[in-house]
Amino acid sequence: MQDVKTTFKPKIVAFCCNWCSYAGADLAGTNRLSYPADVKIIRVPCSCRVNPMFILRAFQRGADGVILCGCHPGDCHYTSGNYYARRRMTLLFSMLDYLGIEKERTRVEWVSAAEGAKFAETMNSFVETVRSLGENKRLEDLRCKK
Amino acid sequence: MQKIMIAKAKELLQSGAVDRVLGWKTGEFAYDITPAVFETIEELEQSFVYDDFCGANLSKYLIKASRLDGKTLVFLKPCDTYSFNQLIKEHRILRDNVYVVGVPCEGKTDGETLKQHGIKGILGIGSQGDDFIIDTLYGEKTVKRADVLPERCQNCKSKQHVVYDELLGEDGQVLDSHRFDMVEKIEAMTPDERFDFWRGELSRCIRCNACRNVCPACSCEKCVFDNDASGIAQKAAADSFEENMFHIIRAFHVAGRCTDCGECSRVCPQNIPLHLLNRKFIKDINELYGDFQAGADTESRAPLTNYQESDVEPSIVYHKGGNR
Amino acid sequence: MQRIGVFVCWCGSNIAGTVDVAAVAEALSHEPGVVYSTNYQYMCSEAGQNIIKDAIKEQQLTGVVICSCSPRMHEATFRKTAAAAGLNPYMVEIANIREQCSWIHKDMPTATEKAIILGRAAIAKVQLNAPLIAGESPVTKRALVIGGGIAGIQTALDIAEAGFEVDIVEKQPTIGGKMTQLDKTFPTLDCAACILTPKMVDCAQNENINIFAYSEVQEVKGFVGNFTAKIKKKARFVDPNKCTGCGECTEKCPMKKIPNEFNLGMDNRRAIYIPFAQAVPKIATIDPDHCNMLKNGKCGLCAKVCGAGAIDYKQKDEIVERQYGAIVVATGYNPIKLDKFDEFGYSLSPDVVTSLEFERLTNAAGPTSGTLLRPSDGKHPHTLVFVQCVGSRDTSGCGKPYCSKICCMYTAKHAMLVREKYPDTEVYVFYIDVRTPGKNFDEFYRRAVEEYGVHYIKGMVGKVAPRADGKLMVQASDLISNEQLHIEADMVVLAAAIEPDKTARSLGTMLTASMDTNDFFTEAHPKLRPVESPTAGIFLSGVCQGPKDIPETVSQASAAAAKVIGLLAKNKLTGNPCVATSDEMMCNGCSSCEKVCPYGAITYQDKEFRMPDRTVAIRRVASVNEAVCQGCGACTVACPSGAMDLKGFSNSQIMAEVDAICKM
Repeated sequence: MQDVKTTFKPKIVAFCCNWCSYAGADLAGTNRLSYPADVKIIRVPCSCRVNPMFILRAFQRGADGVILCGCHPGDCHYTSGNYYARRRMTLLFSMLDYLGIEKERTRVEWVSAAEGAKFAETMNSFVETVRSLGENKRLEDLRCKK
Repeated sequence: MQKIMIAKAKELLQSGAVDRVLGWKTGEFAYDITPAVFETIEELEQSFVYDDFCGANLSKYLIKASRLDGKTLVFLKPCDTYSFNQLIKEHRILRDNVYVVGVPCEGKTDGETLKQHGIKGILGIGSQGDDFIIDTLYGEKTVKRADVLPERCQNCKSKQHVVYDELLGEDGQVLDSHRFDMVEKIEAMTPDERFDFWRGELSRCIRCNACRNVCPACSCEKCVFDNDASGIAQKAAADSFEENMFHIIRAFHVAGRCTDCGECSRVCPQNIPLHLLNRKFIKDINELYGDFQAGADTESRAPLTNYQESDVEPSIVYHKGGNR
Repeated sequence: MQRIGVFVCWCGSNIAGTVDVAAVAEALSHEPGVVYSTNYQYMCSEAGQNIIKDAIKEQQLTGVVICSCSPRMHEATFRKTAAAAGLNPYMVEIANIREQCSWIHKDMPTATEKAIILGRAAIAKVQLNAPLIAGESPVTKRALVIGGGIAGIQTALDIAEAGFEVDIVEKQPTIGGKMTQLDKTFPTLDCAACILTPKMVDCAQNENINIFAYSEVQEVKGFVGNFTAKIKKKARFVDPNKCTGCGECTEKCPMKKIPNEFNLGMDNRRAIYIPFAQAVPKIATIDPDHCNMLKNGKCGLCAKVCGAGAIDYKQKDEIVERQYGAIVVATGYNPIKLDKFDEFGYSLSPDVVTSLEFERLTNAAGPTSGTLLRPSDGKHPHTLVFVQCVGSRDTSGCGKPYCSKICCMYTAKHAMLVREKYPDTEVYVFYIDVRTPGKNFDEFYRRAVEEYGVHYIKGMVGKVAPRADGKLMVQASDLISNEQLHIEADMVVLAAAIEPDKTARSLGTMLTASMDTNDFFTEAHPKLRPVESPTAGIFLSGVCQGPKDIPETVSQASAAAAKVIGLLAKNKLTGNPCVATSDEMMCNGCSSCEKVCPYGAITYQDKEFRMPDRTVAIRRVASVNEAVCQGCGACTVACPSGAMDLKGFSNSQIMAEVDAICKM
């Protein structure tokens, strides 16, 4: 019990597109492939629905890492959504890095509906990375901590 | 130049070709220049001014002015024409209702900077070669132009007008400026240094919204930060992240649309170098998706409303990003 | 404030095995807005659904949160349950505590804690849900088929057979397309005309089919079920109702030296012409670029000889506007131009021909009446060299990166037919690979090699040089024996790559149907929706979607027809209510959203607004066509002012979920 308490449990928000990555997460579940409970998934229709505001808001409210999962480029259910998401996230992450926020706290990963194993692996590795970074102090809104 | 401009404005106003003139006028002090609308010959003669203090970009005022009855004459400096074009592209200005007269610009200074150089009691400004000649209560003072130009003018991106109906004076060239030097310097810092740098800058923000109000790209009918339904509307700067969020989102919203006119930094009462945020996006866009200058034309697709199947993956940030 | 009911499912032991469902129900009962919270073994069972229905009625619930399996599994079920109890189905949200919780966590406290957080997020979201009503739109029961080749013909016939009206728009004076120019078809070697022309006649005779030949689609507006198309019927200068197709005029016209497109310029036609004997519709057409009467008012011979009085030099282009419920693109292909492949000497010698030209040279209705003769001197060729992959699988930039798919088979056919008809000829085929996947295809190719003695050589031809004596010197390498070969050939036949018709790109823009970099139309899903375009109501038939042979084209054409019939059979279309919506008061009209919309669902209007300062302003604002929008949300992020939002996944809803998750 002592161990659990001292181990840092990061808060991780995962935005998953409905058609590929959310289904990939479901498949990970169906195959009982475990990943840390720190990851909480928010379902969005497409990766292009994810507004940079959502990501900043998550950090503001104390998230330690934010990951966005979508269909592989070329496989978007809406044909082009993930291409737009890719540009938006590249620029946003680069900006966060420019502001001195650890770039490893943000990630984009393409996970298809068939890639349950990849989903679990991705989440395991992302949680591991964020855990090694420790608590996100830089982007947190102190007011909301209570 | 001021005389030629007044003559041109008078001519067009008198002939009825235009119904009003958008220009600059002096405020309480000689360096205190504001954008102004002139509707009569008398007003023009009385207070129209164009000198080395006229830094303000007039293009944003045309969103309203071009929707008034009749035609508006506007004087645009080279870098202002990019903003104008961008607003045309976004259907914010009705082109048919505007008569654009391009005017040359050798870089604009401001009273604040001159005061820092020990020049007080400013009555007027003129230029000669590489120098500004400043008329003061204490006589004429000369100062090197390069010493008192703001960063945006020192690293001027273009002296060429990208759009005009008529040009006064000679047109210049697109310049190969060093405008990304400072961005590169910040990128070369360690993450901690970068964080400290930006915290130092952004924590001074008082959320006066001057940057937003002057920005030609921030032309929203209602800003997302003023919209309760958006869930991020915030009134006060209650903690450090509120401003960070505001400035990041603002920079993101104008990414691919910002022409790098530098007005945001010019008007910031806290002297926060806000244009360095926009320039980071411009630099990234140029490097990742090919050179793009917002406002250079009215047709091309902005980088964020476009894509290539072969675009880089966001993971490039891990390798390419600033100092590791 | 909503009145929310929370229903935690055990899913037998699937959830209850690792999640303390009672604790979850208890914890969530204290969340703001929650007035009822319970748990049950199987919420999706009839008894479970009755618990939900009863609670909705008894507790006057305005929102429902179900903590259960994935929404991909039972969202539809629970929405129906809610609707049956009189609650708007879109007031239901699901917290996925099975696939994304109980099944992946072994430790009960951890899983229970996470289930509670997921439940909270769903409650936070449902607080902001609004009832949504799916829009309905009527369906015009007529289809438009663009392109009258075998793909368009088959699609039209199948749709017409099901009892719906179909218009075929074909830019040539006759329908039939490329297949009319072919001689025999692989792998059965039946003659193309024999199997195609009856179908052309069927089209002409079918009451449900309307053929607009010599016409082009000029403009398409509207959306699935409700398209309006403007069709330009180009002037033929011949009254179609009077012309009997007797052909008298085409024999008397003095302008004799016009290259005949149907035979690829290898013989001539007149200024007034019928492309070929079995043309449908069989009506003469005057070529305005070559007719003396139309050019300078001198001649008028055709009018004099026409017994039916059908010639009308004053005829004008006519624009017809028609309504459609569905549009099928069947614009087909063309062989690429070979000007970038000078090494094969196509422009240097008339004896270097394309495969399509070769088809005409062996066709009984072709310029040589079916006898294989060299175009240069009309002599019988003895040595023929076929070159495969000319411009196909070419990443150098001169050609096309893709495989044109049909060349291996038609070249085997050509080689076989030549050897059969003229056993004294030597036939060489140079190939990179021979690709013969298809029913009876490999057997066909092997017959060419084994029974007909065609020399198949793996290797590319480096150069074809015409010699003064009329021979063609072919330099090539044999990759298997690693030898350089020099062949004196009488004819060289180039299997030119095929590319989408030039009209495809502009048509794609007109229809807002997406295309790939090679100008092939993109399918809605490459495996599961191969005959639909991502744009609702637009269907794909034939090579416009990708290279195909005739059997494949016909199957796809019928598949597209089946999809069209399925659409036209409906009286009303029910949309997905989770669509984008624009707040006009906040919209800047900047067009950012329109640029990223893959469906062309966003349009702009100038509207009058009463502004807060009591003035009236005319502003350009976006509006979303709910029947076209598919709800991806790309526009919501492109919009800087936040005027664009997505119903069911609104900014505030997602933000509330984020907050709920991060609150812990």
